[in-house]
Amino acid sequence: MAVDIKMPALSPTMTEGRLSRWLVKTGDEVKSGDVIAEIETDKATMEVEAVDEGVVGEITVAEGSEGVAVGAVIARLLEGGETDLPASAEQNLDRPAAEPAPTGAAVVVEAVAATRVVAEPDWDGPTKQQTVREALRDAMAEEMRKDERVFVMGEEVAEYQGAYKVTQGLLDEFSNKRVIDTPITEHGFAGLGVGAAFGELRPVIEFMTFNFSMQAIDQIINSAAKTLYMSGGQMGCPIVFRGPNGAASRVAAQHSQCYASWYAHCPGLKVVSPWSAADAKGLLKAAIRDPNPVIFLENEVMYGQSFDVPEHKDWVVPIGKAKVVRPGSDVTITAFSIMVGKALEAAEQLSAEDIDAEVIDLRTIRPLDTETIVESVKKTSRLISCEEGFPFAGIGSELAMQMMEQAFDYLDAPVMRVTGKDVPMPYAANLEKLALPQADDVVAAARQACYRTQGG
Amino acid sequence: MADKKNSVRKRGRPPKSVINDKPSREILEQLYEQMILIRRFEEKAGQLYGMGHIGGFCHLYIGQEAVVVGMQSMADEGDSVVTSYRDHGHMLACGMESRGVMAELTGRKDGYSRGKGGSMHMFSREKNFYGGHGIVAAQVPIGAGLAFAHKYKGDGGVNMAYLGDGAANQGQVYETFNMAALWKLPVVFVIENNQYGMGTSVARAAAGQDLADRGKAYGILGLQVDGMDVLAVRAAAREALEHCRSGKGPFILEMKTYRYRGHSMSDPAKYRTRDEVDAMRKQHDPIEQLRDLLLREGADEAGLKQIDQKVKSVVSEAADFALASQEPDAEDLYTDILIA
Ligand SMILES: Cc1ncc(C[n+]2csc(CCOP(=O)(O)OP(=O)(O)O)c2C)c(N)n1
Ligand SMILES: [Mg+2]
Repeated sequence: MAVDIKMPALSPTMTEGRLSRWLVKTGDEVKSGDVIAEIETDKATMEVEAVDEGVVGEITVAEGSEGVAVGAVIARLLEGGETDLPASAEQNLDRPAAEPAPTGAAVVVEAVAATRVVAEPDWDGPTKQQTVREALRDAMAEEMRKDERVFVMGEEVAEYQGAYKVTQGLLDEFSNKRVIDTPITEHGFAGLGVGAAFGELRPVIEFMTFNFSMQAIDQIINSAAKTLYMSGGQMGCPIVFRGPNGAASRVAAQHSQCYASWYAHCPGLKVVSPWSAADAKGLLKAAIRDPNPVIFLENEVMYGQSFDVPEHKDWVVPIGKAKVVRPGSDVTITAFSIMVGKALEAAEQLSAEDIDAEVIDLRTIRPLDTETIVESVKKTSRLISCEEGFPFAGIGSELAMQMMEQAFDYLDAPVMRVTGKDVPMPYAANLEKLALPQADDVVAAARQACYRTQGG
Repeated sequence: MADKKNSVRKRGRPPKSVINDKPSREILEQLYEQMILIRRFEEKAGQLYGMGHIGGFCHLYIGQEAVVVGMQSMADEGDSVVTSYRDHGHMLACGMESRGVMAELTGRKDGYSRGKGGSMHMFSREKNFYGGHGIVAAQVPIGAGLAFAHKYKGDGGVNMAYLGDGAANQGQVYETFNMAALWKLPVVFVIENNQYGMGTSVARAAAGQDLADRGKAYGILGLQVDGMDVLAVRAAAREALEHCRSGKGPFILEMKTYRYRGHSMSDPAKYRTRDEVDAMRKQHDPIEQLRDLLLREGADEAGLKQIDQKVKSVVSEAADFALASQEPDAEDLYTDILIA
């Protein structure tokens, strides 16, 4: 039986080539692996090896032929055995492409918005005052008591009790099996955490600050976020990467960046950034239980701030649900992390000017709870987005676009954003203050959105 | 290299008797069958690539078969494996089915990743195969993490993390060596030194070409092994696995091997001579070596031919399956992004 030898595709982009030389002639015996011809592709001259054994029966494309299409029969091989391919496969080289995937903003929005979340449990029971730091520690401790698989790993998390004391006491309670000091090796321990998550553990990986996660971003994006998809759903990666994000105070450009929009950009990750201690606790517990990789962005300046935290033995706040922290009717202000406090401060100032602002704490950046924001905008017709990060391609840019797509008809003013300035963070105290968004900036933006001049 | 008499070279310690591994003929035949399977599978993959049925990057394992077959033949059921993008052989050696691997290569819904991973990104939790990773060396800390999980759970498993000679120059490998040694993680780092990282020879990329020594600073033992000799690989694997299983921490095996084909399908391989390739093929081919041994051990030609035929039909059935399988549904574009 004869086997067709076809013009091979020798690069991902090759459609035709020149058959520069035959190294066999009719009647020659060839074995698998023998070089039979040389072909010039769009990139290089390549050797063609025989796949099957047999005798060259016929050469159908002569040496020197140009523009030989990929898939064209170039020779026939006579062999005793079976042919290797079904006729259908051989005929149909350019098989029809899959149905074009639906594209366009509307569909994408649907996919993003389709993530369903359950409402946060209302709490009117007793509360206690706790700092954000204590709330985070309690969240980890509670989850570690509940689930043997949860462990905490990072630089100085164990014996030193945490560079910012967030892991205080954990080593004593859980031993060095579950609270692990690493060398200064972010790329390494982020990847090791991903492997442990693939191995069915539940790592909580602390970055001393998220600035250092840049060393590890390859493992976070390429390994943690994408592997579930690339494995057709087999390889879930239940891991939490947490640590302080954004500006601290006077630590300058390399230690003062907000990474919310970097991580929120990527499908396959959840991105959480709480403000209050209650949310920090409830969301971190939810993040540890989540079967997906979660980026948990804290803020160093917030660690020492106290809030009321429910006295509940299992306080969990669902990921993906924003929270209206101050109801109002004139303008919607969204913020997350430290900016929520500044937005609330701004709302107080605005009320003195008779502007009633509604403040929404986004809490989760991805999946973004656009429903809550749209509901608010329907009421106020105005939106100000606040964040500490840079303006270009920031969370505010995304929010503005989301409103174009989902709430355009309700808007009475352009969406506005209050962001960090578009500069690396300066060291000098005065410049740092100028670079960071302040409550006054929010007030100014709100006035503008409401078409008011100061005091007017 | 293969021409060295003592194919397993010890570093700093006297050789152990374990090196004289003499498997039964039955085992030799199994090894032969697995190596032939990988070779025929890869040849078929190359052919389907040439016909346009496989796209993108496709890195063949031809020439290196003895490494993964020898290693995995000594592994226990609960051991885990992770490797780079040159992963087809590893998947077959882990017991994943040819048809599922081939269907992933053709980008079809019956592939191991349902058509969404392709040649470089395939996984099977069932077979403890954790990928298939496209970023050079990213699999190394992941392997150590899997080893961390084995130790944490106390399940007695060892991870085998395969990496190339090129990957051995990545920073994260040394971050991982350090942690693995520090925490005595049960991981065997199998460096498949096929002498080239794409077009760059080890000599042009590595200062200090004995990659088995790369763990020295961390106190990790290393062996240089003739990776073209499946029995030498087995002997080394046994020693490394015993070391890891007894709680002594990581181990490095540098497998001296060779890839016959280009780096990927579109590599004309002009950085080496045809003679170099031919010499390796003629003098050190792992399959021919084992075949000769089998014949010396009394196996007959007809029996071996039977194995060849069986493998050929498995591979051709896999190709048929991979071509008949449907492409993924358009809705699959949006699945498997997050676990609900
Ligand atoms: C981080 C990264 N850099 C570069 C590449 C491109 N690349 C893919 S394979 C390769 C060579 C690797 O060689 P080696 O580790 O020896 O493995 P081999 O291909 O020989 O199996 C390169 C440079 C990549 N995939 N990832
Ligand atoms: Mg190599």
